[in-house]
Amino acid sequence: MTEHDNPTGTTPQPRGGHGTDVATVEPAGDPIADPGMHPHEPRPTDVDEKAARRAERQVATLFGLSSLFAILCVVSYFAFPIGDDPAIILGFGASNVALGLCLGLALLCIGIGAIQWARKLMSDVEIVEARHPVASSEKDREEAVVALNQGISDSGIARRPLIRNSLIGALAALGLPAIVFLRDLGPLPGGDLSSTVWKKGMRVVNDVAGTPIRPEEVEIGQLINAEPGVFFEENAEGEPKFEGTHLNQAKGKAAVILVRMKPSDITPAKGRENWGVDGILCYSKICTHVGCPISLWEQQTHHLLCPCHQSTFDLADNGKVIFGPAARALPQLPIMVDGEGYLVAQSDFHEPVGPSYWERGER
Amino acid sequence: MSTATTNGKTAARTARRNPIAGILTWADDRTGLATASKKQIRKVFPDHWSFMLGEIALWSFVVLLLTGTFLTLWFKPSMGEVVYNGSYDQLRGVSMSEAYASTLHISFDVRGGLLMRQMHHWAAMLFVGAMFVHMMRVFMTGAFRKPRELNWIIGGLLLQLGILEGFAGYSLPDDLLSGTGLRIAQGLMQAVPVVGTYVSFFVFDGEFPGDAIIPRLYTVHVLLIPGILLALIGAHMLLLVYQKHTQWPGPGRTNENVVGYPMLPVYAAKAGGFFFIVFGVTALMGGLMSLNPVWRFGPYNPSQVTAGSQPDWYMGVAEGLLRIFPGWETHIFGFTISWNILIPGVVLPGVIFTVFFAYPFLEAWITGDKREHHLLQRPRNAPTRTAFLVGMMTLYGLLWAAGGNDILAVTFHLNLNYITYFMRVAVFVGPVIAFLITRRWCISLQRADRDRLLHGFESGIIMRSPEGAYAEKHLPISVDEAYTLTARDRDELVQAPTPADENGVANRKVRMMRLRARLSQYWYGTAIQKPTAQELEEAQHHAEHELEVHEDGHQHLESGDYSGEYEFDGHAADGHQFDGRHAIEGEELRKH
Repeated sequence: MTEHDNPTGTTPQPRGGHGTDVATVEPAGDPIADPGMHPHEPRPTDVDEKAARRAERQVATLFGLSSLFAILCVVSYFAFPIGDDPAIILGFGASNVALGLCLGLALLCIGIGAIQWARKLMSDVEIVEARHPVASSEKDREEAVVALNQGISDSGIARRPLIRNSLIGALAALGLPAIVFLRDLGPLPGGDLSSTVWKKGMRVVNDVAGTPIRPEEVEIGQLINAEPGVFFEENAEGEPKFEGTHLNQAKGKAAVILVRMKPSDITPAKGRENWGVDGILCYSKICTHVGCPISLWEQQTHHLLCPCHQSTFDLADNGKVIFGPAARALPQLPIMVDGEGYLVAQSDFHEPVGPSYWERGER
Repeated sequence: MSTATTNGKTAARTARRNPIAGILTWADDRTGLATASKKQIRKVFPDHWSFMLGEIALWSFVVLLLTGTFLTLWFKPSMGEVVYNGSYDQLRGVSMSEAYASTLHISFDVRGGLLMRQMHHWAAMLFVGAMFVHMMRVFMTGAFRKPRELNWIIGGLLLQLGILEGFAGYSLPDDLLSGTGLRIAQGLMQAVPVVGTYVSFFVFDGEFPGDAIIPRLYTVHVLLIPGILLALIGAHMLLLVYQKHTQWPGPGRTNENVVGYPMLPVYAAKAGGFFFIVFGVTALMGGLMSLNPVWRFGPYNPSQVTAGSQPDWYMGVAEGLLRIFPGWETHIFGFTISWNILIPGVVLPGVIFTVFFAYPFLEAWITGDKREHHLLQRPRNAPTRTAFLVGMMTLYGLLWAAGGNDILAVTFHLNLNYITYFMRVAVFVGPVIAFLITRRWCISLQRADRDRLLHGFESGIIMRSPEGAYAEKHLPISVDEAYTLTARDRDELVQAPTPADENGVANRKVRMMRLRARLSQYWYGTAIQKPTAQELEEAQHHAEHELEVHEDGHQHLESGDYSGEYEFDGHAADGHQFDGRHAIEGEELRKH
């Protein structure tokens, strides 16, 4: 054994300069006593006036640059046109790039300058502040409890339950108007979700031009995004029957896709044998999962994939789900050909389209 | 009583006073500011780079307020239909909502408008991202422990609201992508049993999309949530100031003090400067990095969607959950329960946030630790907690990747279905594997710390015994390092009640106590404790013996099985006398 009495067991020689703070051994069995904080070591800027002046110049330069960039920012605001004939730099909109660069650099220069100032020139002597228990002192707690009890007993709320209970009742009753006042946020659902604008004889039209579709125009393997013809019709005053919000709401349910497959590939469910025309079938375009419009069509496999969550439906097999999070087959719209040779609906969908909901029923 | 000393014609004047002092006096006369602030002005904050993460979140919130206010000056939160007639050629003549048209106007016809839009969106990404990383830092270092559980909960609310606020924000432009996000949200609402359709009809004022959701979301986005966020941030900061910041253990840094720099001037300059840096970086991002180019997506149309639709990154987990959940649906008594939407969209997020909020209390219950903690823990010193976090991070990463399974399939030419099947299994297996590996890893690191304490560091000096056996010489580490390594609590297991105790306690309570003891056993399990004073002393004794220089001037090597009679030359291999750890006076190369 040597004459060391250092309790650390690891360091024979404590380094010089320790012990500026009180060194204590924690009773909890901390094997090594706190060596205490190191004495402050000066930075070059603390002892060398030249270094300090250099740091001062750096900070001032950064702040100066910031003003410069701020001015450049204003210049760019007026210098680079936007709108119809925007100025372009390297394929970017010049105005946006110049404003962003100048504003960003002006801000960064202030930030970096301030931090450089703090690091080089402000005192870096560490300060020790004692922590106090977060909790109040026992005395304060007791006084608070006394005050609270006095307040409560002053009010008599405990002695007069009639007042207390009727007040609770009154406050609870106030909740009713608060809820009822929100009633007019929207109409009740009613049967809105279970029907669409499709009805017997309504033409299935191209969703962009609104042109009606003849079966012979649809090639095998082709998919057409289609809509009910009524979206493109006008009323007696020459205004569209559907526009704006109504159009979007109706479209959100009535959008369909037309696909043509080889009739031999199709295996219609019982009762659906006559729902198509020469291998042309019509399905809802709205996913039965959470309602995204479905449109990724795999010609060879007859699969239709939803781009949102990848539910995959087999259109040759009644729109059955073959993959993904959707639970229900894609609703099919029965179609036929009208007197003029165009594709029309036989009826509305036989079940609600789109995502499931509680009162949807088992259809 | 004082009177003017002259009878001159001009009034007597008091000495010129410092105008700032004057203002302060005026303010203090009316507010008592001095008492409230005398201690705060020089309040000490500890310094560590990881304490900056929360600051990023704070400052990006300020950037959001500034840029967001700018945007409100032009944005029209209306779904009224207009025909676009602005500068963007490709959409001229197209019918769209006023919200979308005004977003295009801000992007193309307001100078600096696109910059502010992109800064606003980038700052939102930073805000949520910084909150996430800050939260992980707090978790990993045990900074959520007593007395900071409340701030953990406030932080969790901030994160949740931040995500909600972000979703509301990117829905406002009413472009095709944001409308698709709203459609999905509507699908989630509609799937809630019993009240789903009512909720949806009330929120959207009728059938989706209706014409009310944008103005309603606007109020939520610019008033309601920012107001709550502001209040919660205020509470978060007040608690931080009152409880004082946590610090890392080290020489002079204990559970009873805070060591660092004063608020004024150091943190005023550093934190204030950092605001400008966050602001500046956001401006550079807004100027140079394109984000959410809504003009490319076109106005919302419920019958259209783009392939590869992706939400903002922080919604990726919700998206992943929705994507990989199997298509389960129950029909019962004429009603439909959509498990495929309800569980990933409503139940699981609820479960995740419940565990999140309950975590500090669960851990305290398992460990039985009711003390105040102001010193941070190294992640390795709480192996089970760290492993839990890494397990959760793995789950998050997997779900996030699952939210982009189509992108993964296209990018890496993989089969989309196989990715999804893989994810369905991986979300269960991956976190468990990550948990087990991390726990062992942490414990290994603890072992390494213990070795370092007991045996010192590897000096790089190789000693050869007379038989020719080689051993590396270990030298003791510094007191500072040794103190820092041992400045942690010893883990204490919760004891199961003994049969004698059980007599007095109700049966259910005994079962809970046993469960708790078992959990505590698992929690601390094989974690390595810091050495005791006795162990350290023995190790020291051993080391000293090894290094002892005998009276004959020779050092006897006591390593391995060597027990021969040969003596080891007391010098290290030539050259090592200049290794910087010894005085070199009189040393020279021995040249033999």
